[in-house]
Amino acid sequence: MAADAGIYDALTEIFHDVFMRDDLKLTPELTAKQVQGWDSFKQIEIIMACEEKWGIKFNTRELDSLRSVGDLVSLINTKTA
Amino acid sequence: MTELHWLPTIPDWRQRLRDLPSDTATAWDKAVALANARLNFVHTNNLDETIRRLHPTGPEALPTKKVRLAVLGSSTLTHLLPAIRVAGLRRGIWIDTYENDYGQYLQELADPDSDLHAFKPTAILVALDTYHMTAGITAGMDQDSADAALAEMQDRVKQVWTLARDAFKCPVLHQATLPVHLPVLGNNEHRAPGSRAWFVSRLNQAVRAMAEVEGVDILSIDDRAARDGIGRWHDTALWHRSKQEVTPGVSPLYGDLVGRWVAAKQGRSYKCLVLDLDNTVWGGVIGDDGLEGIALGQGSPLGEAYVAFQEYARELSRRGIILAVCSKNEEANAVEPFEKHPDMVLKRGDIASFVANWQNKADNIRAIAQELNIGIDSLVFIDDNPFERNLVRQELPMVAVPEVSDDPTGYPVALADAGYFEGLSITDEDRERTSQYQGNKAREALKSAVTDLPSYLRGLEMELIWKRFDKIGQQRIVQLINKSNQFNLTTKRYTDEDIIAVMADPDAFGLQLRLTDRFGDNGIIAIIIGRLQDNKDLYIDTWLMSCRVLGRQVEPTTLNLIAQEAKKLGARRLVGEYIPTKKNGMVKDHYAKLGFTVMETTEAGGNRNILDLASFTPAETFIHVVEG
Repeated sequence: MAADAGIYDALTEIFHDVFMRDDLKLTPELTAKQVQGWDSFKQIEIIMACEEKWGIKFNTRELDSLRSVGDLVSLINTKTA
Repeated sequence: MTELHWLPTIPDWRQRLRDLPSDTATAWDKAVALANARLNFVHTNNLDETIRRLHPTGPEALPTKKVRLAVLGSSTLTHLLPAIRVAGLRRGIWIDTYENDYGQYLQELADPDSDLHAFKPTAILVALDTYHMTAGITAGMDQDSADAALAEMQDRVKQVWTLARDAFKCPVLHQATLPVHLPVLGNNEHRAPGSRAWFVSRLNQAVRAMAEVEGVDILSIDDRAARDGIGRWHDTALWHRSKQEVTPGVSPLYGDLVGRWVAAKQGRSYKCLVLDLDNTVWGGVIGDDGLEGIALGQGSPLGEAYVAFQEYARELSRRGIILAVCSKNEEANAVEPFEKHPDMVLKRGDIASFVANWQNKADNIRAIAQELNIGIDSLVFIDDNPFERNLVRQELPMVAVPEVSDDPTGYPVALADAGYFEGLSITDEDRERTSQYQGNKAREALKSAVTDLPSYLRGLEMELIWKRFDKIGQQRIVQLINKSNQFNLTTKRYTDEDIIAVMADPDAFGLQLRLTDRFGDNGIIAIIIGRLQDNKDLYIDTWLMSCRVLGRQVEPTTLNLIAQEAKKLGARRLVGEYIPTKKNGMVKDHYAKLGFTVMETTEAGGNRNILDLASFTPAETFIHVVEG
């Protein structure tokens, strides 16, 4: 989806900043286990950076349901629709 | 507002961070510059990580003292530490931090073999979370048990302070307890002695009183959260998830509050506020609008806003901050409101150093520091004009220049939120400071260091967009012709009909000039009227310009344009005249400076000048000229 592509671009910049790694490539299947340093604190940084970027707020249930980058993108897509 | 709104945004910040050189000496200075930007928490972490990779233990020779800050707390504080270190970097101070193992602050304080003791802190921040501080407090308590619980909590706080000071002999900063608890009674919560919300209010009051006796300083995040809204500081869901009492989003501000305390402890708070005048201290331009025309005082919302800003500046001065003035103006014009305007709050006597001239502000600010005999790094400069702010930031990076809009209601907020003048106490000497500086004022001639203006101007990407008079611009043209007093060679006033006549006259031209630069559009900044005489001389009937754009090479660029248009009419020479008035003394030698030959001078102080177009070579400037 076109909307997804835009979200991936912005999310890639957020990931590059949070992990200080410009070579990180985001795919829908990517999970925390596959990225070195992606712990619960980095997870919070990513979430808060997304909330700031898109002007949205995730609730506890939504955050608990996130398993992969694809989940995050579709959640952002739903909340900004 | 919890962002660092007084700091400018740096557009290419991410790239500049990635480009930080590995050569450690220059990396530090460049990192200090990057720290002085409006950073969010992710960029704050990036900067901290980068500078620590380049400089694992900090630069060897710094004019500031390195600080080893132990942060003692009862919840997760890790996310606040990078922001504290970056707040140090912002002030040129290297801060190392230590955080106790989760919940173990008392044990580590008491155990001489702990990592805390091995760290050998030179400063301690006690940051106990609000849930920890209200453990056991419940609405079922009566007054006596609530009082006993309060006394017990005070004792525990005091015990932490005592342990810390006995072990490390260093200053202690105690974080006030965040008021996050919800009321159980309502407006009259204070009648529920066991209410946690009310307990936190009482505790903060009691701890402040105790801190006075013990010589401990307070980190007033409770006051700060009251201004920002507690929801900006504390996110309940996040507390449940990660035990972070202060949200990561607010960490840059939290870190800065700690950083300004660290700087104040080293005597590195700013000492002097340097004020621009036109559109900063009053609304409008005194040289053009005159005493009656500036916006100041009761009767208009804008005038009241300038009064409010002046009052805040005076309050700062009464608690020991030195005030100075740095204005592009004729000195007589600049001083007049201080002496004669009934609504001026600031008086001439409140200003320890008063500099009003047409030189560039970086040089003038150096002169002010020299005259007051204080470090240039103790000055804060406030100006509504982005050109001046950025010139000073580039030339004098050690001067603090708050980012402000053209709305004066934001000026006191910017100064207060930035915490430039963070003080730890107030003395009698503070209260008398301005008069001292007035008395000691050195009058010696000041040698001003040379500012690298050309490189600044080149980087401005200025465009001068010109066109002939037209219907759309007519109203603004007439307004400028009848309002401009200072940079106005002939001060001829014209009506709408006169302007229409210029547009219709084949032997005349009227030019309106707009200036843009990378900070934005300055609007119409100059008006020219040229009239071809029978002898093929082009007489410059009107040349007026906004003083805002002085010193930016607009004058020679405009002359190039006049010469070009005059040639189109078949002119052989330009004739420029200066007709003196009370207010236009600044342009007396305007034509001579541009290379005209003086042909005659009048008794009243005027002059008439000639430029031969055949031998005229257009000046090279950094301004790109476009017809638009």
